[in-house]
Amino acid sequence: MSKELIRLSDCVVKFDDEIVLDHLNLYINDKEFLTLLGPSGCGKTTTLRIIGGFQRPTSGDVFFAGRRCNDLPPYKRQVNTVFQKYALFTHLNIFENVAFGLRIAKVPEAEITRRVEEALELVNLPGYGKRSASSLSGGQQQRVAIARAIVNRPQVLLLDEPLAALDLKLRKDMQVELKRIQREVGITFVYVTHDQEEALTMSDTVVVMDKGNIQQIGTPEDIYNEPKNAFVADFIGESNIIDGIMLEDKVVKMYGKKFPCLDAGFAPNEPVDVVVRPEDIDIVSPEEGQIVGTVTEVTFKGMHYDIIVDFNGFKWLIQTTDYSPEGARIGVKIDPDGFHIMKKSQYSGQFGDYSSYSAAYDELNEDAETEADDE
Amino acid sequence: MNRTKAFTIPYTIWMALFVVAPIIMIVVYAFSGADGGFTLANFASMGDYTVVFIRSFRLALIATVICLVIGYPVAYLLSREGPRFQRLATVLIMLPMWMNFLLRTYAWMAILEKNGLINQFLGLFGIGPFQMIDTQGAVVLGMVYNYLPFMILPIYSVIIKLDHSLVEAAHDLGANSVVTFLRVILPLSLPGVLSGITMVFVPSVSTFAISTMLGGGTELLLGDLIEQQFLGGAYNPQLGAAIAMVMMVIVVLCMLVMNRFGEGEEQAVVL
Repeated sequence: MSKELIRLSDCVVKFDDEIVLDHLNLYINDKEFLTLLGPSGCGKTTTLRIIGGFQRPTSGDVFFAGRRCNDLPPYKRQVNTVFQKYALFTHLNIFENVAFGLRIAKVPEAEITRRVEEALELVNLPGYGKRSASSLSGGQQQRVAIARAIVNRPQVLLLDEPLAALDLKLRKDMQVELKRIQREVGITFVYVTHDQEEALTMSDTVVVMDKGNIQQIGTPEDIYNEPKNAFVADFIGESNIIDGIMLEDKVVKMYGKKFPCLDAGFAPNEPVDVVVRPEDIDIVSPEEGQIVGTVTEVTFKGMHYDIIVDFNGFKWLIQTTDYSPEGARIGVKIDPDGFHIMKKSQYSGQFGDYSSYSAAYDELNEDAETEADDE
Repeated sequence: MNRTKAFTIPYTIWMALFVVAPIIMIVVYAFSGADGGFTLANFASMGDYTVVFIRSFRLALIATVICLVIGYPVAYLLSREGPRFQRLATVLIMLPMWMNFLLRTYAWMAILEKNGLINQFLGLFGIGPFQMIDTQGAVVLGMVYNYLPFMILPIYSVIIKLDHSLVEAAHDLGANSVVTFLRVILPLSLPGVLSGITMVFVPSVSTFAISTMLGGGTELLLGDLIEQQFLGGAYNPQLGAAIAMVMMVIVVLCMLVMNRFGEGEEQAVVL
């Protein structure tokens, strides 16, 4: 997992005067499952298209196994793509769809048959060769698209939001499936998604992007536990982000009170963003609480309740299994490892306040994202 | 009957009156003698007109092939242009169709005549004059000119709807532009090609104005032959109906055979 396979060096992409990628530097290791994660318009699909050869960087270089390949057309690259809308050839049956690349490479007929059948087995569609593409469900079509790409034994498989069009249950199954396929074929996967849960579930490495820039690169645990700025903290899971002051190592001050934490390495009295994950907050009686607030909204979520608590005008989201009625005065306790301290950034103050929170609004937002996401 | 179905009544009546009824009348006439009794004599005499049948189908076929050879590249290249150019070009392609068919064909007479534009121009250089009008070539030219838009537009409208990600997928799987065209774009545009062929071949095979005006009326086509039976000196509507019926049967058979090629695709329009 150590060998570098792909390197994007100082890549800039401009459409007219709009900067889509802003001096992007990224390297991808061999056999790694790397996910480009970000909201629509963040440049993740453009990055993928550069690797696939469908988009040329306005400036900057692309290296594949150490060789510069800016000018190499897609059909000469050792890379295959799984497209968001499957892009199956409707005039060919499933077998011929999967065999498409092999036929062009003039692989002998017997080997084509064997490899196509293997590939269909790998994606759990054995014996589907004679069927037409339109007779399959969305999930099955996506599996065919994966088989069609993988059968060519590429060094890298690019996946452009392959699960976006599937329903939730199927999406979860396919996440597990994709991870299994990646382990079995042992090649590099570069995966694009705006779904943070997908990214955390499958990836070895997550690259969080926004506005054409990489915000953070790390393992899923790193990204979740140690977000670099308010954007990452907010995009990866729910976060309460509060203005604070780092008094000294391991002591942060907010709401005029001192809290013990585990972070260190900041200047004395440096203003910081304090991240508290909704699930790291314990509800206690007002007397025991480090801070005390009023419950303003309760939403039942199945596994837990989302409750919104007003602390001096700043609203927090708390996820808890204990029910607290609306209007109740509650205290909260946060363990030192429940705090994560971040340096101030351009994103400070934009995220992490749940004053305008509403469950219905959240869902609307998600739908809009899925539809508008074709960058 | 629900309300939406009621909207189909006018069209149903129209079809019954002006499509179904005439076809029935043609069939009845075709099997009738001059005295009105049943007879097969009209079909028995069909052999005399074999030459005309062959000539008509041959010229229509040539015109259709030429339309396809010109029309497909135009449609394909057009689909790759910017949207503004596409709109403009589509209008330009359709523009001649807004003018009367006979006028357009008269214009060609003026161009091709012995003292027409082309011969006058060539005469400036001391070349010619050439015999261009009253030839089979002129008839084919007239067909191609008049029916070319019917080839371009259906092909164009199919290609323009092709998902661009299919082209990218083909490139991704190792196909260069030529292979992508042959293995993906061409087969997927086949329904448009079949529609185009139908829409050029059928009017070409039954045309009469073009051959009268550009062919000099010496080499009869089926359309002329049928017209003569109804309006001309050879007045014999029963025979005319029989010829029309045989032609229709042959055309329908051709279309059925051709649609076989496109099986599995969207069916092209028949007639």
